[in-house]
Amino acid sequence: MNDKAAHQHAESHTHALLRWSDDSAHDIDETARYPLMTEAIRQILVEKGIISAEAVRRLLEQMDARSDVTGGTIVARAWVDPAFKERLLANAKEAIAELGIPEVDATQVIVVENTETVHNVVVCTLCSCYPRMVLGMPPEWYKSKAYRSRVVRAPRAVLKEFGTELADTVTVRVHDSNADMRYLVLPMRPPGTEGWSEDALAHLVTRDCMVGVTVPRVPAQAPAVE
Amino acid sequence: MSPAAASPRRFESGDRVTVAYTHPPGHRRIPYYIRGKSGLVERYCGAFPNPEELAYGFDGLPARHLYRVRFQQIDIWPVYDGKAHNTLDLEVYEHRLSPAKEDAS
Repeated sequence: MNDKAAHQHAESHTHALLRWSDDSAHDIDETARYPLMTEAIRQILVEKGIISAEAVRRLLEQMDARSDVTGGTIVARAWVDPAFKERLLANAKEAIAELGIPEVDATQVIVVENTETVHNVVVCTLCSCYPRMVLGMPPEWYKSKAYRSRVVRAPRAVLKEFGTELADTVTVRVHDSNADMRYLVLPMRPPGTEGWSEDALAHLVTRDCMVGVTVPRVPAQAPAVE
Repeated sequence: MSPAAASPRRFESGDRVTVAYTHPPGHRRIPYYIRGKSGLVERYCGAFPNPEELAYGFDGLPARHLYRVRFQQIDIWPVYDGKAHNTLDLEVYEHRLSPAKEDAS
C-alpha cells in the first residue's frame, strides 16, 4: 500500500468511527458538532496514551470484518439441522454461541422464521439498530428515513420495490427493532437446493434475505452439487 | 447477563396491553406511532438498564422489564388498506405499558 492509499485507508476508518458515535448517522455531516467532538476526544485519548491509535484501528478493522457470511452460516445450519433450528428460534444467543461465533457484544438476538404463511421484515424506526454481529454494517438504505418510515406502515409496497411480491394470504410481520433486541430473519430454504453443501447454502443467504426485504433464490446458473 | 430488576414483572405472554399515550420530552424509546395503541405481549425479553436514562449518562438502574408486543397493523394506522392479519412487533418497556382496557380498541 503506498502512502496515499494508506492515508485514504486510515481516513475511511476514521469516518466509520464518526458514524457510529453520532446519532445523526442517517444524515452524515463530518464537520457537525458531534463528529468533530468525537474526533477531538479520540485525538486527546490517543495523545494522553489512554488508548492507542493502533487499538482504535484494530477495533474498526474487527467491526468492518463482520459480514453477512456469519448470518448465512447460521441460517444454513438451521436449514440442515432441525434440532439446531429449534434451539435457534427458542434462544438465538445460545444457539449462535454453539457454532463458535464469538460474541461481539452483549446484544440479544431474536431469530424470526419465514414460513409459507408468514414473512418477516426488520426495521429500526428510532435510529438504525441492526444485528451487526451477524450481518456486518447496515446498508445505507436501512438507515434512510424513507425505509424507516415507510416499511412500518406499507411493508408490501416497500417489499415490492425490492422486487419481493408476496401473496395477500401471507401475513407480513414487521419487527421494529427499537430497544435491546436485534432481529435476524430465517428465510425459507429455496427449492432446488436439495443436496447442497452447508457452505453453498450459506452463500445463498444474503444480507437482504436476513433483513427480510427479499428471499433467497437459486441463480439461473445453479452451482453444481458438491 | 441481565441485571436484576427492582420489582417482579407485571405481564405475561398473551396479555393485552396498552402503550401510554404521553409525550415526555427527551430521549424516549416509544415511537410516536405506537403511543396509545393496544396489542398482545408476544414474549418477555428480560430486564435491561433503562435506555431512556442511559442516554443521559445515568446507570439506568434498577433494570426495567422489556416485552415484545404484537400489534395488528389495522389497529395502528388511521388509514390502513392492507389485510387485517398483518402485524407489527416492537419492544416496550414495562413503565410504558398498562393492562388494556377492554373497550380500548
